[in-house]
Amino acid sequence: MEILIQQFVNALSLGGTYALLALGLAMVFSVLGLINFAHGDLMTLTGYAMFFAIGAGLGMPLAVVLGIACATLAAVAMERVAFRPVRDANTATMLLTSLAVSTILHMLFQNLISARPRAIPVPSWMIGAVDVGGLAIGVIQLMSITATALLLIALSIFLRRSTLGIAMRAAALDFPVTRLMGINANAVVATAFGLSGLLAGVAGVLWLAQRGSVDPLMGFLPVLKAFIAVVLGGLGSLAGAVVGGFVLAFIEVFLRAFLPDGWLPFRESITLTLVIVLLLVRPEGLIGQRENVR
Amino acid sequence: MNNGPEHLLDVAGLEVRYGAIEAIRGAGLEVCKGEIVALLGANGAGKSSFLNAIMGLVPLTSGRVLLDGEDIAGEAPEAIVRRGMTLCPEGRRVFANLTVRENLAIGGATRRRAGDAATILTGMLDRFPVLAERHDQMAGTLSGGEQQMLAIARAMMSAPRIVLLDEPSLGLAPRIVDTIFEMIAALQHHGATILLVEQNVDLALDIADRGYVLASGRVALAGPASELLASGDVERAYMGRD
Ligand SMILES: Nc1ncnc2c1ncn2[C@@H]1O[C@H](COP(=O)(O)OP(=O)(O)OP(=O)(O)O)[C@@H](O)[C@H]1O
Ligand SMILES: [Mg+2]
Repeated sequence: MEILIQQFVNALSLGGTYALLALGLAMVFSVLGLINFAHGDLMTLTGYAMFFAIGAGLGMPLAVVLGIACATLAAVAMERVAFRPVRDANTATMLLTSLAVSTILHMLFQNLISARPRAIPVPSWMIGAVDVGGLAIGVIQLMSITATALLLIALSIFLRRSTLGIAMRAAALDFPVTRLMGINANAVVATAFGLSGLLAGVAGVLWLAQRGSVDPLMGFLPVLKAFIAVVLGGLGSLAGAVVGGFVLAFIEVFLRAFLPDGWLPFRESITLTLVIVLLLVRPEGLIGQRENVR
Repeated sequence: MNNGPEHLLDVAGLEVRYGAIEAIRGAGLEVCKGEIVALLGANGAGKSSFLNAIMGLVPLTSGRVLLDGEDIAGEAPEAIVRRGMTLCPEGRRVFANLTVRENLAIGGATRRRAGDAATILTGMLDRFPVLAERHDQMAGTLSGGEQQMLAIARAMMSAPRIVLLDEPSLGLAPRIVDTIFEMIAALQHHGATILLVEQNVDLALDIADRGYVLASGRVALAGPASELLASGDVERAYMGRD
């Protein structure tokens, strides 16, 4: 029983990170129809910003804030410089643009910093576990679950209550008509990118807290997972991206925990097979609506 | 070039092209404050292209678009809405996965002061009581007629100086169409200025003050609604496609 709850907490924590990343991907996709390959590099950027901030003796809290701010600003800058000029071009052009942005960032990280991992020491108080109703729960897991929950709640309030939030949901459904409401197209797209950057930044911090180091390709694997989560949840659905992130993490964590040792090398393949089976049963995704499939 | 304050909207020499297709070939019209002007024409005559071009939704090749004397040709749709002209698009295009309330809220997004939007909203819900009943329902679950009312109310939420309506009768049962047209006439009584695109010639000319007939991207006929209705020229202009 105890191990079950332990794994449950692990899955929630990992799922939160996937969910934040997937939500960022889905936000940009829903507004622009673009899968942003450079999304993972925003995470990596957070890592390097934290690395340098700590190196400069700024301390962990400030490093976290700076790391997240960097990812947010970089996402907005990316939209302004790279994606806005090709916004009206076809999907393939935008995809190639995002690949180019991603490649350029990799090169910069490798050549200006290093191809080797850089350590980001996790403060000692974060390493331990706390007692929650008789169960030892890792401080990092607890913080990561709390941060994810707070961020998801804040975002859902923003999307439901604020004019800009409603406009973003409207733009996902019908961009030209959203402009007919007097909503500035650039503001909607910039907000989508800014929020995706913020989410990638927070996910980056959570990821780093688990791994303790940053390297040029840090963002690749988690964003690949996030992409699977987006498709699993239903491409274009924000709620779907979040659900997809958690479902994927639960599959991964429980396979890792309960698969016989001999099977462990195949756990990624088994995970993907399960995802494919889910998609065969529900091609529109877990949450996506059939008519929303583009 | 001063056209006087009486022309709220003044379009001249409008040309719209989609690649090799010339959809609008030098069309123009005027709408005075407080008028309903009908823009008629057969399928593919270019009515939607005309509206979309003056709203900035599709690029115009050339032409003059004066809103209250200021040239707005080529501006972005959101800028034009903020200047006081809005479009209720063909096919209603309500935000299906947003509630009626949210659809109306975003329609009033340009009313900066919350008080303004609330006053306008109260007015709209009085005029379209069915929307008040369906306030928390997803717009996509409304009937076609209700969706059309929502689309019109949503457009009116920006308190426009002039509203362009693109085929509000499209795909609706005759009884519903009558209701919608009564509502459009009522909007005029409350001071709205309307450019109404329609295929339903008789109904449109019945509530309009003046009318234009578009054929193959040109104005083939123009005049007071009563004269157009009586003359039978409209049908001839409809046929006269080249
Ligand atoms: N996006 C587009 N790309 C290419 N051609 C277009 C486009 N939109 C319209 N057209 C063409 O331009 C011409 C005018 O179309 P438009 O939709 O403006 O006519 P309409 O009068 O509104 O017709 P309807 O009554 O059917 O709505 C048609 O020949 C149409 O095929
Ligand atoms: Mg049309």
